[in-house]
Amino acid sequence: MDWLTIGSAVLVGFMLVMLLPHARRMIKESRKGTPAEWMGVLIPLGLVVLFVIFLMAMV
Amino acid sequence: MNAEPTLIRARPAASVLATNKLIRNTYVLLSLTLLFSALTATAAVAVRVSPGGGLLCFIGALLMLWFVLPRFANSFHGLWLTFVITGLLGFGLGPSLMYYLAAPNGPQVVATALGGTGIIFLALSGYALTTRKDFSFMGGFLICGLLVVLGAMLINLFVAIPALSLAIAAIGMLVFSGLILFQTSQMVHGGETNYIHATIGLYISILNIFQFLLMFLGMSSDD
Repeated sequence: MDWLTIGSAVLVGFMLVMLLPHARRMIKESRKGTPAEWMGVLIPLGLVVLFVIFLMAMV
Repeated sequence: MNAEPTLIRARPAASVLATNKLIRNTYVLLSLTLLFSALTATAAVAVRVSPGGGLLCFIGALLMLWFVLPRFANSFHGLWLTFVITGLLGFGLGPSLMYYLAAPNGPQVVATALGGTGIIFLALSGYALTTRKDFSFMGGFLICGLLVVLGAMLINLFVAIPALSLAIAAIGMLVFSGLILFQTSQMVHGGETNYIHATIGLYISILNIFQFLLMFLGMSSDD
């Protein structure tokens, strides 16, 4: 195992540790979305997926 | 007698002006930092920076992002710190760009990823700005998704399964696309009032979408 893999693992592990307190707070504070609100998210994200597939077919 | 109604009308107007100023400042700073990081990424390719050098740039940028920027985000120093952080992140992209550019149709893959990222960002941010929908309910979901992506990346560093890389890229694309909706909506609805924080948040989402898109296009490319 090279030092680059170890360095990357330390970086990703550090990011996880730094994000955990924010994650706890965000999960606690965020409100629940209604089905209509989730639909308002799913449509643009679905279009992003289709766009990525289109780009993959193009190259 | 007339003071109270005037105040009631003036408050939303001031709030709208503050929101418009925040959005304008954020997009101006975001454009400048993206241009600057494109320059540093080009410089990294020109000097053929090593993967170790790229990793050190990412580490330096993240340390500044977490430990230095929060102290200066409300002052003028926050501006140049934003350029230093985004410049380092751009420079850190160098080894990854060199890897894709070395392929026969590499320049096409990189250009398509760049254009695709721009279209995705403009479409999602434009959607959140024009519909003015409140996406604050996504916060917990997105942060969980981000933790899953980071956890899977950590595992994949040691097991190196191509299918897992593909799954990480797919989930990552959706999480960072969702984060663009969330962050733009936070600016519109007052959840974010500092344009330096807003810029850095959007910049990191754009950078990650570009990297994941590069991975997808690199894998689907015939060469």
